[in-house]
Amino acid sequence: MSQTQIGTRRLEPAAIAGVMSREVANFQTFWKSTIFSSLMEPVIYLLAFGLGLGATLITDVQGLDYVEFVGTGMVATAVIFSSAFPAMFGTFVKHRFQNTYDAILAAPVDVEELVTAEMLWISLRAGAFGFFPLLVTMLFGLDPTWGMLLVPFFGFITALSFAGGGIAVAATVPKIDQFNYVTTLVVTPLFLTAGTFFPIDQLPEWAQVLAQFNPLHQLVVLVRDACFGFEAVDLLRVLGLSILAIVAWRIAVKRMTLCLID
Amino acid sequence: MIERLQTCAAVAAIELRDVHKAFGPIKAVNGLDLEVPEGICLGLLGPNGAGKSTTMRLLTSQAIADSGSLRALGYELPREGKRARAEMGVVPQLDNLDVDVSVYDNLSVFARLYRVKDVDAAVDRALGLARLADRKHDAVDELSGGMRRRMLIARGLVHDPKLILLDEPTVGLDPQIRAEVWTLVDALRTEGKTILMSTHYIEEAERLADEVALMTAGAIVARGKPADLVLEHAGRETAEVFGPPDRLAEVRKRAEAAGLPVRATGPAVAIVGSENATDGAVPEDAVVRPASLEDVFVKLTGEELE
Repeated sequence: MSQTQIGTRRLEPAAIAGVMSREVANFQTFWKSTIFSSLMEPVIYLLAFGLGLGATLITDVQGLDYVEFVGTGMVATAVIFSSAFPAMFGTFVKHRFQNTYDAILAAPVDVEELVTAEMLWISLRAGAFGFFPLLVTMLFGLDPTWGMLLVPFFGFITALSFAGGGIAVAATVPKIDQFNYVTTLVVTPLFLTAGTFFPIDQLPEWAQVLAQFNPLHQLVVLVRDACFGFEAVDLLRVLGLSILAIVAWRIAVKRMTLCLID
Repeated sequence: MIERLQTCAAVAAIELRDVHKAFGPIKAVNGLDLEVPEGICLGLLGPNGAGKSTTMRLLTSQAIADSGSLRALGYELPREGKRARAEMGVVPQLDNLDVDVSVYDNLSVFARLYRVKDVDAAVDRALGLARLADRKHDAVDELSGGMRRRMLIARGLVHDPKLILLDEPTVGLDPQIRAEVWTLVDALRTEGKTILMSTHYIEEAERLADEVALMTAGAIVARGKPADLVLEHAGRETAEVFGPPDRLAEVRKRAEAAGLPVRATGPAVAIVGSENATDGAVPEDAVVRPASLEDVFVKLTGEELE
């Protein structure tokens, strides 16, 4: 059987592509329901918050129509929910219940390639899903701009951090119900202080400082700037999110190695 | 490349020397020496907890030995583990197929992981071996238990490996499915593939393995062709005596006094090597049967296999 050269370098693209091809094959069996919820969720949020609050209590925020404010902020919600949760639950299930990683690691794939492939797949998907709220918000009146084309990329680099973090958590916790701690103590606070539903300058000063370290908040700012005009400091935001992604990647590789290799 | 092939021809497919692997206080593999020449099927026979699965994981570099030297197909493990894994096929104990995905997709993913150039041809070949060509486009969920097991074997063969690791290939299967798997493994053996098969089923080892290595407490205690092992350690015959506990205790006492190994086999006692018994050591109503690998195993380790 003809095979290409194996084991001559780190992070072999063929190994990463092979692992991702497994994810694609599985995704083909449930893409309809996933895309349905990714499109419907922003619609429901926009109806509830945008039209509900916007029509009664709030008309505009920071000079933006409230529907546009929430709609652009919803990108962050879509990104964290479609990266952190699949990374945590998906990794745990594949490792503990389906023994998928045992099969993959018996092939010429190492843990670093496995984790890299999983993070890339989750983040590519999250980047794409992160664009859906913008599409929905356009139906509610948001004007399209060229800058919006960068939103999937912003979603992708942000999702890498959550994918890496989620995989690291999955490799660490002994029981699946312990994800509740992560959801309550990490995901929910990050989600609520991202500036999706209200501007963070309404928060106490200490919370505003903390929010600057919230990658979701940085994503929200990047998305709004992509829609309404970039600033030079946005490059720093991209750099910061990229560094965080690399740190999360290395932690995920380390934790998964400890978890998968006896 | 040519140099490596020449080196491979001179070495065993698997070569483990004084390998140790502990999990906390448990010594899963304890001074294991194992050499598997190319072209044979070696059965690694032992009870649960003997260290068979850990040995398999050491060979795929999913476990790292505390000490000792390990080579597979001429590659040093775990340093060259990835290259070794490219040339070995692994059939796991547990079913870890992607059940919602088609048979074709399951196999094509692994053909890609093994960097096979012609994925479609590789999948078709593996499906032919596993007699699943007509189920190519079905979801794995729709296959019977036997088909899924054959599918697992097909997945391990999709890249036509030189060495095949079968980890308890029929554990938990009903007799009919077990026979299907045996037919498939036997075909591989006939083809001249090198196979290392862990099992705790005596019959499986006897039927499929050219040689059997008896493993207990992380080490090999005996090795040889099944018939030779039986003759050497258990003689030709074993006599089984049934009866109430008092009588069995009496039979045991007399046989042991005559120097014959005795073990309990459920409601009976088995007197190993009964053809060597002196008068009175084996009762006349004993059921005499040919000695088996199980007799050997129990005699050498004091443990039952199942």
